[in-house]
Amino acid sequence: MTAGSNPDRLPVRETTLANGLTVLIQEVHTAPLASVWCWYKVGSADEGPGCTGISHWVEHMNFKGTERIPRDQVKGIIERYGGSWNGYTWLDQTTYLETATRDALDQMLFIEAERMAHGLYHPDDCESERTVIISELEGGENDPEQLLEIEVTAAAFKAHPYHHPTIGWLPDLKRITRDELYGYYRRHYVPNNATLVVVGDVEQADVLRRVDHHFGSIQPGPIDRTVRTPEPAQAGERRVKVVREGTAAYLKIASHAPAATDPDFYRMLILDAVLAGAKGLNLWSSFRTPPPQRSARLYRALVDRRLASSVAGAMLPTRDPFLYILSMTAVEGTPLAVLEEAATAEIDRVAREGITAEELAKARIQLRARLVFENDSVTNLAHQLGYFETIASWRMAEAALAGLEAATVTNVNEAAARYLRPSNRTVGRFEPAQAGELAPSTGPAAPPSPAGGQRP
Amino acid sequence: MSLGAGGLSPDRHVLPNGAVVLARQNRLTPAVTILAGFRAGSARDPDDQIGLAHLCARVLDRGTASRSADQIADQLDGRGVALSVSVTRHLLSLSCTCLAEDFERVLDLLGDVAMHPVFPDDEIVTKRGEVATAIRQDEDSPAVMAIEGLFALLYPAPHPYGRRTRGTLESLGRIDRQALAAFHAAHVGPSSLSLVIVGDVEPPRALDAAGAVFGSWSGPAAGADGVPAAAQPASRRRTIVPMKGKSQVDIAYGFTTIRRDDPAYHPLVLMNNVLGQYALGGRLGTSIREEQGMAYYAFSAFEANVGEGPLVIRAGVNAANVDRALASIDREVAGLSGGGATDREIEDSKLYLVGSMPRTLETNSGIAGFLQNAEFFGLGLDYDLRLPDLINAVTRDEVNQVARRFLHPDRAAVVIAGPYEGQEGGA
Repeated sequence: MTAGSNPDRLPVRETTLANGLTVLIQEVHTAPLASVWCWYKVGSADEGPGCTGISHWVEHMNFKGTERIPRDQVKGIIERYGGSWNGYTWLDQTTYLETATRDALDQMLFIEAERMAHGLYHPDDCESERTVIISELEGGENDPEQLLEIEVTAAAFKAHPYHHPTIGWLPDLKRITRDELYGYYRRHYVPNNATLVVVGDVEQADVLRRVDHHFGSIQPGPIDRTVRTPEPAQAGERRVKVVREGTAAYLKIASHAPAATDPDFYRMLILDAVLAGAKGLNLWSSFRTPPPQRSARLYRALVDRRLASSVAGAMLPTRDPFLYILSMTAVEGTPLAVLEEAATAEIDRVAREGITAEELAKARIQLRARLVFENDSVTNLAHQLGYFETIASWRMAEAALAGLEAATVTNVNEAAARYLRPSNRTVGRFEPAQAGELAPSTGPAAPPSPAGGQRP
Repeated sequence: MSLGAGGLSPDRHVLPNGAVVLARQNRLTPAVTILAGFRAGSARDPDDQIGLAHLCARVLDRGTASRSADQIADQLDGRGVALSVSVTRHLLSLSCTCLAEDFERVLDLLGDVAMHPVFPDDEIVTKRGEVATAIRQDEDSPAVMAIEGLFALLYPAPHPYGRRTRGTLESLGRIDRQALAAFHAAHVGPSSLSLVIVGDVEPPRALDAAGAVFGSWSGPAAGADGVPAAAQPASRRRTIVPMKGKSQVDIAYGFTTIRRDDPAYHPLVLMNNVLGQYALGGRLGTSIREEQGMAYYAFSAFEANVGEGPLVIRAGVNAANVDRALASIDREVAGLSGGGATDREIEDSKLYLVGSMPRTLETNSGIAGFLQNAEFFGLGLDYDLRLPDLINAVTRDEVNQVARRFLHPDRAAVVIAGPYEGQEGGA
């Protein structure tokens, strides 16, 4: 979003330091706050065999102290300023953030510079964090929807590393060594692989001086960009079934979808708005509030007709082509086959007949509004700049409206026919079994929700 | 500025029918958040119709005297607005965010939904099915089962806090159109309404619009929420909820504490911050997550309410670690109660709690929630300005006093939900 009519919100300024660190600064003087995010272009899609989950584990280790932030001084380092800090790892990126009052700016930059170059990776901390992460994985497995999403994603991607979940597969989490963690950290945490974003009640020149002071002497390194095998075209519908103890039945229909830089991405956003209600583009904020969906096609076909108690669509911006995922919960007593038949009938209909001009206009209004709503804090504004920089360019945050304007009934309908065809689909069913009906389970392996591990 | 020297200082206006309107301008985005809270929460559910307030909220926006459910959906969706109707123990709230240019029309629609719902029978059937599904999903969630189990232990019948807000499959079946309409008529009226409007709209415009929508509405005077005193148990109680198919155990451990108007409120906020909040879970997080690597989450949460609210400790651990985690919780609880907090801990927590206010009060929804809470508990229009002093005035003695008063492992209620057998009567 551009600065718009708010005079307290200035344009973004981009600078690159000599060591290659990209710095994005936006002055927003609405509240006495500053948000600092440091982004790295490394995520679970950059992990090789045997090392799934290592990006996320490295993220955890980067809260365990540095040369100048001893282990026992981590606690409270930003809280004393009233601030919060956090981080997450997903397919294409790892990020860390602090939001606090503006007088903590220097402290926030110091923390991020330390994190980039001086992590400790004490062997005891690596071991203690191994079990924390396994606990995170097991907590995720308690949720049948997460279990199903992992299975559906793995089935949809046979070659591309979006195949495995961000948290990793359990055997790898049991095996990965301290030296592998540290080596991975040193390879990817270099300034020329990072983007530092500062948004808030700050002054650009002052921020740049401080950034240079904290980060200027960090040496760049060779960027070790892992080769990702492009996913070959899918030749026919794939199906997966998860059966575990449970009380409700879930259905997911996932279609291979365009990357964020593909013009079709916006056409799919429009389609998602028509099918399930517009979400917006901010993983950090928009997916935490319900979408306007009561008049969406799938809501009316499934929820109003008492087949599903909920329906949700997720068309998320990613570096490589990912998935458009529709998720449904069957109403108590509704067989999954009945729900699936009704859902695929609607998906097939939009693939065949497309949407109307009225639907396009409504979807545009919804998406424009969501783009306003999701940029309601310095934290959320900073997230968007950094997130887009890790998958394409931070300018995508400003280009979204133009992308939506360029959507027409014709090109949206072409996208519907291309991406929502049956042979491009993976259908996943979670079928609940009664307690005691199953043999003791060894359990499939792993959780994350779309944003991977929020909370470090 | 959201928080200049003058603080939030919202405009507050009481309509002749008793409805309270609070307005605060915030210009970060051209959007407005509307939060209409009615004193019509689940604490008012009749004993044989638990879940009534919740189902009322689910069906409320599914048809009014002048608009069908589809028309309401079309008009909201057409502006990108998602209306949420939610229920807590004491509030039934309608909330949404809209573009500033749509403010009057959206407020009008929200008002229609709040004032003139018709609860169509077919919509009741649909929403009852959704709620029944949600109840079944809850039964499959160790976290929900642990928390609901804890509330049942802490607040035995007839205390309303021990009941499920969603009700049960049985109670849900007893709720019909007549019951929903009667609940609405009795509890959702102008004198039970606090309407908060925050965003890119000037307060006079907000107050005008609120007067136009709600000014001529009449309804019964709101009765007070009567909540009985919470039981004061003399012994430890424990429930195990076996869920064999799950991967991880959820522990909920807690005590009843105080009402919101108790002078011990701010000391308890600080005590809770030290015990289970400060920097990734306070003392609990340091012990269970950082030092022992046992859990992804270990923390405490404290809520004072109209009645004595709970202090709840939560942790998610592997079944093999349940006894060790419980021992750690007991040790931290007893440690704070016996040894007290340190000056450094109290200083740190004060800095955090005061320093985090600008973040809390940055967004429209954050401000709206803060103002709604201040209005509900009668904390005053300048509460945001007084709060730092209230926190800073708390002494170490006061914190340690509340720790001694409430933190007793031998009086704790404990629920363990997940793949754990344990021994009844054990730890």
